Amino acid sequence: MIEEKKGFFRGLMDKLTGTEDISVTQEKPVEVEEPGPGLFERLKRGLSKTHDSLVGRIDTLLLGKKEIDADTLEELEEILITADLGVSTTVDLIKTLEQKLKRNELQDGEALRAALKGEILSRISRSAAPLDTGSAKPFVIMVIGVNGVGKTTTIGKLAARYTAEGKKVLLAAGDTFRAAAAEQLQIWGERAGVEVVRHQEGADPSAVVFDGCKAAVARDADILIIDTAGRLHTKVNLMEELKKVRRVMGREIPGAPHETLLVLDAATGQNAISQAKIFKETADVTGIALTKLDGTAKGGIVVAVSNEFGLPVRFIGVGEGVDDLRDFDPAEFVEALF
Amino acid sequence: MFDALSEKLDLVFKKLRGQGTLTEENIKEALREVRLALLEADVNFKVVKDFVERVRERAVGTQVLQSLTPGQQVVKIVHDELVALMGGGEDNSLDLAAKPPVSILMVGLQGAGKTTTCGKLASWLKGQRRNPLLVPADVYRPAAIEQLKTLGRQLSLPVYESRADQDPVDICREALRHADLNGYDTVIFDTAGRHQIDDFLMEELARIKAAVEPREILFVADAMTGQEAVNVASGFNDRLDISGVVLTKLDGDAKGGAALSIRAVTGKLVKFVGLGEKLDALQVFHPDRLVSRILGMGDVLTLVEKAQATFDVKEAERLQQKLKKSQFDLEDFRSQLQQFKKLGSIESIMGMIPGMGKAMKQLQGAQPSEKELKRVEAIIDSMTPSERADHAVINGSRRLRIAKGSGTTVQEVNMLLKRFTEAQKMMKQLQKLGPKGLMRGMGGLGKGMLPF
Repeated sequence: MIEEKKGFFRGLMDKLTGTEDISVTQEKPVEVEEPGPGLFERLKRGLSKTHDSLVGRIDTLLLGKKEIDADTLEELEEILITADLGVSTTVDLIKTLEQKLKRNELQDGEALRAALKGEILSRISRSAAPLDTGSAKPFVIMVIGVNGVGKTTTIGKLAARYTAEGKKVLLAAGDTFRAAAAEQLQIWGERAGVEVVRHQEGADPSAVVFDGCKAAVARDADILIIDTAGRLHTKVNLMEELKKVRRVMGREIPGAPHETLLVLDAATGQNAISQAKIFKETADVTGIALTKLDGTAKGGIVVAVSNEFGLPVRFIGVGEGVDDLRDFDPAEFVEALF
Repeated sequence: MFDALSEKLDLVFKKLRGQGTLTEENIKEALREVRLALLEADVNFKVVKDFVERVRERAVGTQVLQSLTPGQQVVKIVHDELVALMGGGEDNSLDLAAKPPVSILMVGLQGAGKTTTCGKLASWLKGQRRNPLLVPADVYRPAAIEQLKTLGRQLSLPVYESRADQDPVDICREALRHADLNGYDTVIFDTAGRHQIDDFLMEELARIKAAVEPREILFVADAMTGQEAVNVASGFNDRLDISGVVLTKLDGDAKGGAALSIRAVTGKLVKFVGLGEKLDALQVFHPDRLVSRILGMGDVLTLVEKAQATFDVKEAERLQQKLKKSQFDLEDFRSQLQQFKKLGSIESIMGMIPGMGKAMKQLQGAQPSEKELKRVEAIIDSMTPSERADHAVINGSRRLRIAKGSGTTVQEVNMLLKRFTEAQKMMKQLQKLGPKGLMRGMGGLGKGMLPF
């Protein structure tokens, strides 16, 4: 402990001297700023190429390569990481490719590309399975995720979809924290022609869920979808609240929630892994919905998430319209990713 | 998940012990680690490439300072370069020097946190003695207007009355006139979230910009954004020429490397960071702190600031007096515990202390968890005031009562009392050592202060 504290002070000192040095090197940023637009222009021009698809870059890398060597694989590793595939999944992929290379299965760039595609596909389809809502009645879906990923919107789309399939759906506005979250769900409910159970803002989410469960049973609903407040996975007390909500649900409807859907934003980077890990630990996530795929984000991170945690991707969100929620198709996704 | 960069580099350099100069050869592997660390932090790969090149140029030929290991030397160069890239030393304050009412336009993707940031920003401006008006111009997302109105109510700040069936451009134009007539000096426009490739909505933003001539166009970005940040930021910047960036959701465990990408691709400075759901959780951005976070060097400054903001000065003084007189009792211990809890979760505090990230991993399970703290508090709560003042009076039957009262076991009560006695002894010894000894004994004290 004493050593650690020493380290702490040393670190602090380093930091302080470091700050001093920054003021000394003030010349430096000015120097950089001088041809400032130049530097940024250059970067910008370089970056515009990121619009190139993953495969575009892989193609450039492999173009005319008669032989695949260690350097090529190393560069490929970087390309995969930068497609938000996550570090451990990338390392895993590269290892597999290396083995194939040793067995002389990869003669040229084309073979490598096909092998890579196949590997990614097998990883995400391993656990792929559509959501079967017929296994229980009412079938309870609890929707969770960090702030701003599109939980409420996803619920609205789900409600419309299941209603169109002729099922009786009930929504519970478990987000009692964010301003006007219940109103937002209410509007989605009205659009889909579905009833919404809601309380006052600031109410206990467990109480809303309790009422929602009671109502679902009483009104003979087929599906109950529960909205929750967005929470960063690092907030311990909010994660505890999630556990409580689950307990209440399980007490009212045996086996509930039958599906715990984690909503991920396609634009999220490496942090999605941390999100999936912690949400899975505390709330026992059983499926993923990937939203906002209508932008330029490709959502490469779900490869990492479903590979590392064996979680199936259930839905993808491709727009703001009511019917812009689709089933996840692994083959289609890999095509789009490349 | 991510080891601190400095630790990794130290490993790389272990075999290079004794080398006095950094050369092209011996830093190759180190630069690979730097590259991976930045990529893991979601910094865009093109930015990383360029950046690593600059670090190489600066590092090669550098003499390793006597007090540093080669790894530390590289980290220092990386740190300095990153701070420079993030605009360290440049003025990133909000520019409101114009004839009032001054307009601020908030733009960004869906779910980045625009509406919440609007509320926080208005509250911050009010603290700067300005008189802000909030204008909801998001007519697309259900209940978005209602959300801003609710925020306005919570903050007792005025919100312009708009309806979802109005045209956003009209709303903004009229709101500005309204502000002019009613003496508001700053107007914050909350726009709908949109993808940078959505031509129709981007055109709408351009028209709003033309209508209200904003002094500041703040691009609100989620700190968790991955490689995509570059495309989004350049899309918005090309169309609107943004004036600054607000980085939100930094209170999670995202590294926030997206900020580097955005800065590199747009050249615009990050002006604020959002650090929580509470409406005062908006801070002016400090480049060096984000850089430390990306490099896994901990964030002592933020911790110190947080502690200063949380700890009650009078309470601390009272405690110090008591410590001097060796009267530190369980009651004091409890109040200390409560102040400590206000800082946030133990994990997040530990994460801010350099080197603790690694230590945490080794300690898995050994460190006091949030729950244990609660139990300790419950045990003390179940004691009578006289027991708290002098724990020596707590005999067997009292222990049993306390255990029952707090829902714990006698063993747990025993454990707490034993550790507390030890801590008290330690403090007495420290008192004897005087101020000089206090510094040396800091390590022991840190441990002793928390008897569990």
